[in-house]
Amino acid sequence: MKPRTKFLAGGLLILGSAGVLMASSIKDTGQYFLTPSELSAKVADDPSFRDNGVKIGAKAVPGTIRRDPSGRSLSFVMVDMHDSTKTYPVVYRGIAPDTFTDGVEVVVEGRLGADGTFRATTLLAKCASRYENAPDRYKNDPAYRQRYGQPGGAPAAPAARTT
Amino acid sequence: MSNSFASGLIVLGEVALWIALLMAAWSATVSFAGAAQRRGDLVLSGERGVYATFGFVLLASVGLWTALFAHDFSIKFVASYTSANLPKVYTFTAFWAGQAGSLLFWCLILALYGALAVWFGRGEKTRAFLPYVAGTMSVVTLFFLLTLCFGANPFERLDWTPVDGRGMNPQLQNPGMAIHPPMLYLGYVATTVPFAYAVAALATRKLNAEWLAPVRRWSLLSWFFLTVGITLGMWWAYVELGWGGYWAWDPVENASLLPWLTGTAFLHSIMIQEKRGMLRKWNVTLVVSTFLLAILGTFITRSGIIQSVHSFAQSPVGTWFAAFLGVSLLATGYLVSTRLKDLASQAELESMVSREAAFLYNNLLLVGISFSVLWGTLFPILSEWVRGEKITVGPPFFNSVNIPLGLLLLALTGVGPLIAWRRASVANIRRQFVFPGVAGVATGVALFALGMRDFYALVCYTLAGFVFGTIGQEFWKGTGARMRMYQENVAVALGRLVARNRRRYGGYVVHFGMVTMFAAFAGLAFKKEADVTLRTGQTHRARDPWGHDWTFTSQGVSQYKALNRYVTAVALDVTRDGQRVGILSSEKRQHVDSQDQPTFEPSTEVGIMEGAKQDVYVVLAGVTGTDQAELRITFNPLVVWVWFGGIIMAVGGLIVMWPQAERRRVQGGYAATLSPVAVAAPAERELAGAAS
Repeated sequence: MKPRTKFLAGGLLILGSAGVLMASSIKDTGQYFLTPSELSAKVADDPSFRDNGVKIGAKAVPGTIRRDPSGRSLSFVMVDMHDSTKTYPVVYRGIAPDTFTDGVEVVVEGRLGADGTFRATTLLAKCASRYENAPDRYKNDPAYRQRYGQPGGAPAAPAARTT
Repeated sequence: MSNSFASGLIVLGEVALWIALLMAAWSATVSFAGAAQRRGDLVLSGERGVYATFGFVLLASVGLWTALFAHDFSIKFVASYTSANLPKVYTFTAFWAGQAGSLLFWCLILALYGALAVWFGRGEKTRAFLPYVAGTMSVVTLFFLLTLCFGANPFERLDWTPVDGRGMNPQLQNPGMAIHPPMLYLGYVATTVPFAYAVAALATRKLNAEWLAPVRRWSLLSWFFLTVGITLGMWWAYVELGWGGYWAWDPVENASLLPWLTGTAFLHSIMIQEKRGMLRKWNVTLVVSTFLLAILGTFITRSGIIQSVHSFAQSPVGTWFAAFLGVSLLATGYLVSTRLKDLASQAELESMVSREAAFLYNNLLLVGISFSVLWGTLFPILSEWVRGEKITVGPPFFNSVNIPLGLLLLALTGVGPLIAWRRASVANIRRQFVFPGVAGVATGVALFALGMRDFYALVCYTLAGFVFGTIGQEFWKGTGARMRMYQENVAVALGRLVARNRRRYGGYVVHFGMVTMFAAFAGLAFKKEADVTLRTGQTHRARDPWGHDWTFTSQGVSQYKALNRYVTAVALDVTRDGQRVGILSSEKRQHVDSQDQPTFEPSTEVGIMEGAKQDVYVVLAGVTGTDQAELRITFNPLVVWVWFGGIIMAVGGLIVMWPQAERRRVQGGYAATLSPVAVAAPAERELAGAAS
């Protein structure tokens, strides 16, 4: 066998086993990534779907966060990012990340219980304002403008202008 | 600074951004046109345009910095990321804390690199490539300027002026976060210059060794900054985020790792092209992929297309990057496919037992790892396209694939330097492998005897022992040869050995850092953590993975106000094996703005007691009542060696990069210009070369 052929054979062996490893670990550890309404549709189709561990991308409904004073568990209600029809209560045990707050985009990992409560084992919060702490969110809020805005405020112009 | 002067500078900056846009467009056009028509005047104008672009981008950046320091809150960017009470240093770093500013920062580095690439590319050897290099750099700069002017303008004004800005996210108010992004950007952006040279070499069909010299230098620069940037990022995540780890396989982390992996592969495979004239297609592909992966990384970070904790706000900028990625891919695909004949290899692999083979497998593994990381990162998108369902993979996927591949790579790190080019003889193998092999096996056996049972950890430490043996032996032999030949003492011999063979021994230093990191990674297999509740005076007892007994006694919870935050802190009195070792404290901080209004959610300050054996890592989760602290206490073995390994790698990179005097270029230089036969040095000459 030419060295080149040998090398290619060895390479194929390595890449092949890496491929098998990848495929099998995707099968074993891959998780559905759903929105609350997709989850509800899946469960309606097939009630045994509850038994799957899933990841849910959702929004924490403002005002529903209840934190245990110990900082070790909390509950809130989650809802689709752009559609408020389907909500699920979530119970999470663990330390919440610093970015977790009202209205934040969250990713929870866990299982839907028979009682309709989602029990989360991990909670990631992606603050849209993590880096992007944009005043857009606040500038239309009258209370905020009263506090920070200049007396008399500004005309109700388009969101921003570039000079 | 007077107010009108400041606002003048800001307006000047904004105008400069638009002029830079025109400059880049001019430069791109005349550079390519001049190259195609062989018109020296156009080419020269293109080069000057590159310098001018840098000048105007710099002016625009000065404008934005002025706006930040003048607290001009009528500018959306300034109002979004700073407040009047923000410390000066973070007012400076706010430049890259948000989307628009960080794009300008990126563009500033790109324009600087463009100017440097043109300046250093004027020499005889690279002259022919210069118009295409200047042109390509200008096209990329033009893209960023278009994105800045039309997609995310940092000078965008609000229609009202807030009294104070929203302030900077407290998690970004950390020295690590202040320097981590610039380092990463310096690394990411530096991949553009090798890409520009690849385009130039393909366009001119001059694909021999001439284009590799500047490409290697720039790739090293990029590799160096990426290494520093990634390590700093890990350090920041570890000390600031409080989840007890430094790498979570988050898409944005992966995005920074990808160009590092292909860049590392290139720095190895380039040696084969230099020595043997092989792998020409492969090297071009690696250079191009490294750049495309850097752009892909930016796209992932900016578009929000993949769920990541890091994401910038979703913005149309993502689409710009996707389009740019597509165009670059098509253009380089076309260039490579029409030049396949020019890229034909000049030599064949002669034996599986040779350094070439070891390097080829090294490349295969590095690219295999990048592919699996890319696959896992993009899998949610891919599965949605193919099956209509989003499926995500997490750390278990990345670990199960990359630990075995990484360990194979580690083994090759030990093999590569020992084995001869072309074809290793049995004698070569026996002479070279005995000591490192024994070192590795001894390490493994010793750890097993001491009670270590984790399979991967044992394999990792055995291999680490082997690689340390390899590196040690290389230094030992080289130093010994010098001492005999020149009657130098150990220190002088070692110093000159490294100084006169910087590429080789600097490379070994990098390997040393890498192996140290691997050894530290394996330590995570022995991590221990506990959630505890302590009232004042109560004690928590724990045994660490090394068998030491620890106590943690709460000294109580205190609450106070600091510069721009309210702080709740807990202090623990810590003893190890009955000896008092000190106080460890962790805080919850509520940041406030200058009006005393809370900004952001409370953030956590982790308490870390660093040590060579392990870090003791304390996170205050919350406080119940007035004095009951809820804590997570973790023993993180060997973490400090990750940072140490990173520093060593950076030092090794500096040694390799340090400019060599002209004299040595004759000895060590770019041998690929010679015929393969003339270069075919047996291992003996390698060794003699090391000692010369």
